[in-house]
Parts: sequence; structure tokens; C-alpha cells
Amino acid sequence: MNIVVLVKQVPDTYSERKLSDADSTLDRDSADAVLDEINEKAVEQALQIKEAGEGEVTVVCVGPDRATDAIRKALSMGADKAVHVCDDALHGSDVLATAKVIAAAIGKGDAPDLVLAGNEATDGGGGAIPAILSELLGLPQLTHAREVSIEGQTVKATRETDEGLTYLEANLPAIVSVAEKINEPRYPSFKGIMAAKKKPVDTFTVADLGVDAGEVGLGNAWSAVTEAAPKPPRAAGQKAEDEGDGGTKIAEYLVTQKLI
Amino acid sequence: MRLSEEQRALRDTTTEFAAEHLAPHAVEWDQTKHFPVEVLRKAAQLGLGGLYLPEKFGGAALGRWDGTLVFEALAGGCPSIAAYVSIHNMVATMIDQFGDEAQRHRYLPGMSTMDSPGSYCLTEPDAGSDAGALSTRARREGEHYVLDGFKQFISGAGHSEVYVVFARTGGPGPHGISAFILDRDTPGLSFGPNEHKMGWNAQPTRQVILDSARVPAAALLGTENGGFGIAMSALDGGRLNIGACSLGGAEAALGMAVRHLSERSAFGARLSQAQALQFRLADMRTDLEAARSLLWRAATALDQDAEEATHLSAMAKRICTDTGFEVANQALQLHGGYGYLAEYGLEKIVRDLRVHQILEGTNEIMRVIISRRMLAEAA
Repeated sequence: MNIVVLVKQVPDTYSERKLSDADSTLDRDSADAVLDEINEKAVEQALQIKEAGEGEVTVVCVGPDRATDAIRKALSMGADKAVHVCDDALHGSDVLATAKVIAAAIGKGDAPDLVLAGNEATDGGGGAIPAILSELLGLPQLTHAREVSIEGQTVKATRETDEGLTYLEANLPAIVSVAEKINEPRYPSFKGIMAAKKKPVDTFTVADLGVDAGEVGLGNAWSAVTEAAPKPPRAAGQKAEDEGDGGTKIAEYLVTQKLI
Repeated sequence: MRLSEEQRALRDTTTEFAAEHLAPHAVEWDQTKHFPVEVLRKAAQLGLGGLYLPEKFGGAALGRWDGTLVFEALAGGCPSIAAYVSIHNMVATMIDQFGDEAQRHRYLPGMSTMDSPGSYCLTEPDAGSDAGALSTRARREGEHYVLDGFKQFISGAGHSEVYVVFARTGGPGPHGISAFILDRDTPGLSFGPNEHKMGWNAQPTRQVILDSARVPAAALLGTENGGFGIAMSALDGGRLNIGACSLGGAEAALGMAVRHLSERSAFGARLSQAQALQFRLADMRTDLEAARSLLWRAATALDQDAEEATHLSAMAKRICTDTGFEVANQALQLHGGYGYLAEYGLEKIVRDLRVHQILEGTNEIMRVIISRRMLAEAA
């Protein structure tokens, strides 16, 4: 089974994240960069599928030079090889352009049986890449999966929504996006860390992929971020003085909030 | 001395593991004297069960410098657990280096996964620093050896599956000692009660009792009467790792002290604005960096099999364990009364690090090793 996993380097959610003043794109220098946790889960899922049968796991990443750190993390977890699309022209690309580039990068390798992705990145949070990619590659999509299994030529997924669970299936090849609850990603093993550097990473520019530079980048994006404001600091809560009746007061408050 | 990308990844991965799986439980394990065997198995999935073993036995095939980074990071979560992992690796590495193929195949895969934790049994009630004077006896009886004696302060004893035991097979002194591999269920092998200790409570310490413990002749590790060299061979690496464990514990304590001084106010100002305290922080960091520099240098010497590796390891062990304890103790002082409370986790680090100045060769023995060489060179 040939499995492709889409991975993205994002600012660490534990650090302060902001947009650059110049063009409202992500200020990559202001925060530590890490492999997005939802992508770690996608890699984990790919490795579990591979370990249950056989196959090869290729990670595909679109990002600047330093995204090699995120790629290496995925390789050290156990992915077999990587494709890195790295081109200054991609700066500020929207989801449409990014999906086109990813589709072209996937096209550079053997046709995948399964494409795994996170359901949305923790930075942009567009959540549209798997769907657009499905259209571009002409593959069925099973999104927001909290469980995935392969049975012969069929992929089955359980999608969780506020309303309940939906059981989905599609014929392979297919695209699956995974949600938070899918699994606990493994730590890279020391052996995996030492082996990662020796694993092949193919690097492509936009031109290498045959994508028109006029279709990518900030200037060609169909939508633009015009402004961003930081979340207002959380306001102080309501205080109840305990005069021997603290429990009652809290219960009364919870009743007014219709919580009990 | 620049760390490679891989070394940084080894360190960062271990730091994450320690923060998730050790640090949140460290105080509780200390208070309840719980040895978290299941967490050790999880750690083994990273490679901590066989750090220096070849890959064919499930090992990570790391070098000694790599190892110091890993142990420092692990000790940031709990020095006591990190130090036990070091001891386990000493045992595994001895079997790898001196064992025959049958012994290596029998023991090393299980040690890599930590399904078979190991214990190092050298010290005796009446032979500590003077290990060459040990009195546990092993006598040959046909196709067996029969061991009699007591081993003292044995980390992991009772829980461990694999015991490398040093016993006298020949005349007095270091040249009459052999090494044996004992399984936990060896007839005649038993364990004393878990010792009440100042620290290191997350790992058991028991006496190992050998009462006509009978093992097949194939349990001999290395050659007969060649055991003392085996015991000593493990110690250079063990000393580096215990030094690294001290640095890791001290770094954690220092981090807490920096946060505490930044958050707490007294006399109308943050404690961190007091220059006396700023200077103390600066000295603590400087001392740790100096100790780490020597540790890395000694580890590099051991990786290169350099002639000065043993005495550099002794120096590194001495300076890292002394400095680590001092820094942790200072961090406790900087916390005032809160440092003395168990829930803050500081007094636990201080208690854990105290024993690092005593074991893997006391710091006095480190000075013996260093000065003996100096005086020999002068003679």
C-alpha cells in the first residue's frame, strides 16, 4: 500500500503566534516551528496501517526551508521518504493554490492508494485542503475521521460530529482526513531519529512541478487576510463570598446559567 | 562543542517524554515508593532499554555523548528513574560486551524492551569503595556454580529479571573475581526488604541474598577471574550518566527557581529584581554549564576510546554530582519555605541528587582515580 501523508510545519501552539505587519501572512520568525500535532496523528495512522500489512509511507510538505525540521520529525517517527515543495513564490498562497501544488507533488510519485491529512491545521485553520485535493485528484474523501481501517480495497472511517457518529466507506484510492481523537502519536524512537537523515527527501520548486507561478503566492490568492486582532484577555470571573453558604451560592449561580 | 541535529532531536524527544510521562508523577512516586515498571517499558519504546546495544538486539546503538544528553533530559522529569535506567543500561552493555552469543541472544532483546530490567550487583555490606575485597563466593560444582553471600544497595532488586553478580572464584583481591548472570528465579536467590532511603524512592533498593544460589556454568560472564575488569568497564559510562542525571535534576530545580523569583514579590518588588539573587542565578547557570562542558568532553573521550577517558569520566562525575546537588540545594533555598514542601518537588530533587555524590564510586574515590594517575605520572 502506497500511503501519502500531508504534513505542515506550524508555529507551536505554546508560543505566541502572530501575523506579520507587512502583509498579514504568518510571522514565522516570531514562534517556534513544529510539525502540526494533527499531522503527527496522520503520520501515526499511516504507520499503523503500514505495520498492519505492508507498504510505504511518503510525507508531502509545502513550506519554507526550515520545514525540513517538520519533515525530519515525520521521518524519525517512521515514514519512509518525503517530498518537500519549497519555493519563495509560494509565500502567502491560499488553500486553492496550496492544494494545486500538493496535487502536483503527489503526481510526481507513484499513484497513492491512500492520502492521509489532518482535518485542519492549527495555524490557518482553513480545513479545506483535503476537500479541494479530493476534487483535483478525483478521489473520494472521508473527512474528520476518528477511526480508520482498511479492509481489502475499501477504506472505512468513523466521523464524529456534534450530532453523532457517521460510518463512512470508500473504495481505494481515497483521501482521509483525521480528527483529534484518531490516536496518540508515537514518540520518534532513537533509532528512528538516527535513521531519519538517511531517508530520501525530494525537493521541488513550483516550476519543477509544472505549476504556473501566476497561480500561487500572496498576489494570486483568491482571498486575503485584511486584519488580525489578538484575542482579548479573559475577563475576571464572578466572585462569591463564602459566609457558610458558599455551596448554595455556587449552585444558585449555576442555575442562573442553566447549567444545573 | 555543537550538538548535531540528531543529538538535538534525541534530547528534545526525551525531554518531551519526561515532561509527559515522568514529571507529573515524580512526587507521587517518591511519596508512595512506586517503581513505575510500565513507564519504563514505554521509555523502552524510544530506545531507553538498550541505548548502547546493537540494533540486532533491539538497541539504539547510541554513543556516550548521545547518552549524556538523553539522561540529562530524562532526569529533568525524575532523577531517580533516569538513574535506574542508567544502571539497567550498564548491565545490558556488560552482557553485550562480555557475553557470548548465547548470552547476548538470551538476555539483550528483553532488556531492550525493558521486559527484563537489570540490576548491577557489586557492592557488599562490608565492601563498597573497596570492591576488590568483596567476599561473596562462587564455587564450581560440576556443571554449576554455587554462589553464597550478600549484595548491598542493589537498585531494582526484587523487580529486576537479570542480575549481574560479582563473586570470588579465586584468591584475594581484584584478580580473583568473576561475573555471573543470574535470573530472578534462580534457586537460592532472594531479596531483603525495600530499604528506607533519603531519596531515590521511585526505585527499590534491596539486599540481594545468595544462599547456595545455583547457576549453570554457562551463567559465567566473560572469563573466570576476569570479573573485576567487567565491573569497572561499566563504570566509566555509568559515571557519565549519573553526572548527566545530576545536571538534569539541577536544571529542573533551577528552572523552578527562576520562575519563582519572577513571580514572587517581597518588600515591594519582585524577588528577581534583587541583584543578590540575580547573581546567584547567574552563578548557578555558570556552574552547570561548566560541569556540562567537562561531561561532554569526557563522554567524547569515551566515544573515541581515548586513553584519558577514565580519569576524565571520574572528574566529570565528581563535578556534575557536586554541582548538581549544590544548584538544586540553592534552588530550594531560593524558594524559601515552599522549597521545603514536598508538593513543590524541589526537596525531592535535592534528596535524589544527594546520593549521586556517593554511588557509582563515591566522589572521594573519583579523587583517588584522578590523583593516582597524576602521582604515577610524576613518579
